[in-house]
Amino acid sequence: MLKIENLDVYYGHVHALKGISMEINQGELVALLGSNGAGKSTTLMSISGILRPKAGRITYDETDLTRESTRAIVQRGIVQCPEGRRIFGGLTVLENLRMGAMRRKERSNLSADLERVFGLFPILGQRKNQSGSTLSGGEQQMLAIARSLMADPHLLMLDEPSLGLAPIIVEEIFNVIRNLHHQGVTILLVEQNARQALEISDRCYVLETGRVVLSGSGDELKANPKIENYYLGGSAG
Amino acid sequence: MSTGYYILQQLINAVSIGSLYALMAIGLAMVFGILRLINFAHGDLIMVGSYAALLLLGLNVPFWLAALAAVLVSVIFGLLMERVAYRPIRGAQDVSMLLTSFAVTIFLENLAIIIFTPKSRPFPTPEFLRSALTFGPLRISNLDLAAIVVAVILLIGLTFFITRTEMGIAMRATSQDNLAARLMGIDVNRVIMAAFIIGSMLAGIVGLLWSARVGKIDPLMGFNPVLKAFVASVIGGLGSIPGAVLGGYVLGTLEILLQGLLPSSLSPYRDAFVFVILITLLLFRRNGILGSTEREKI
Repeated sequence: MLKIENLDVYYGHVHALKGISMEINQGELVALLGSNGAGKSTTLMSISGILRPKAGRITYDETDLTRESTRAIVQRGIVQCPEGRRIFGGLTVLENLRMGAMRRKERSNLSADLERVFGLFPILGQRKNQSGSTLSGGEQQMLAIARSLMADPHLLMLDEPSLGLAPIIVEEIFNVIRNLHHQGVTILLVEQNARQALEISDRCYVLETGRVVLSGSGDELKANPKIENYYLGGSAG
Repeated sequence: MSTGYYILQQLINAVSIGSLYALMAIGLAMVFGILRLINFAHGDLIMVGSYAALLLLGLNVPFWLAALAAVLVSVIFGLLMERVAYRPIRGAQDVSMLLTSFAVTIFLENLAIIIFTPKSRPFPTPEFLRSALTFGPLRISNLDLAAIVVAVILLIGLTFFITRTEMGIAMRATSQDNLAARLMGIDVNRVIMAAFIIGSMLAGIVGLLWSARVGKIDPLMGFNPVLKAFVASVIGGLGSIPGAVLGGYVLGTLEILLQGLLPSSLSPYRDAFVFVILITLLLFRRNGILGSTEREKI
């Protein structure tokens, strides 16, 4: 469905991605792991057309995305829920969700979709007329995910959805991601929380300083001693 | 005249001039909110609209039609400005964008000087705007009344636009977080064009009321209103639309208040007193009355 081939991306003068390749198939949950500065967010921003690659290709169902505008990419159903939530704090919950639905042309089943995201995150339904800035961190993350779901994404890219949240909220967020996956949504999940990401993903890529250093199924990687050491807090260094 | 009537009379003057400042400041605020651009050329949209009206009125076009065409000319120039001068430097440093807006100002003003000469020309204010209503000792000029009524209608329309329509909500979203707006598939180009269209439309309308009030127009006439609008939006909080409206009325009230209170020997220095008050305000609230109190992230 989405295919990245030998992607080279510079972030200013920094060579952020050094020829990475990866693939995401229809209905898969793929995790992208790595430490800070490995190039995870850069990968997502390149797919979304915010950053332009120096070389390489990103194709989605055989169409080249590297020349398309962010808006055109979103209209194809490739939707990113960015790191740090970035909800619109001055807009109400409802207005935030309405912005999420901007890509869609038919507005008729908007209320059905609102019901759906309020079903996933009941707290948002209770707070629908509150401004986004009054929500707690966990609620803001839920709103950010709900907002991208309003776009009815074919490929949902989540950048560090668990960052800075209490463990119980992290648990809830991961449950929602697992549910979405079971409903057939294709997901690319960027995480530092490797243990949980490996648990729920079909396949994983591990990035290190702009290169894919490991890839495989969640179970394969869990058994890999390198992963154990670096990401799962193994004792041997 | 009794004190009560005097105060009421001054209040009407304050609201009338404040309405013009507020409508001007909205255009600055919308564009600044999205682009971080202080568009000083906003004042010249007043000028181009007023000259368009002058030319058409000279051809005996009815006032309403000339007014409509004048606003349209302001909008066209606003859109041209965005497309030709500001879009190519979008995302550049704030200073570069500010300097570009000075360049646009200099270009438009000199263009007007070449075409119309630097001399001011009388503006043919129509008869129905020149008369006044009197209630006992109270005198409300039709121009003041027009400014207030027009402002109320436009502010209601604008409130509806930014809170109810998809484009209005998208405009607020884009000014809060440009990247997030793009990631939602919001067409930022269209949002920016909408901001220029609305701002230019308001400037064109203010231009007509301003010219009718002053009674003459000249190529540099946009400077004073844009400066006032800038001060108004700084008072209210740069980039905030409610702040711009509030700032406009606060500035209008301050000016009328100082005019009434200052002894006649000091009244030529009215603007200096206004700026002293502005500086004092900024010392306590550096982001204006409605601006965020958050410190800028470094």
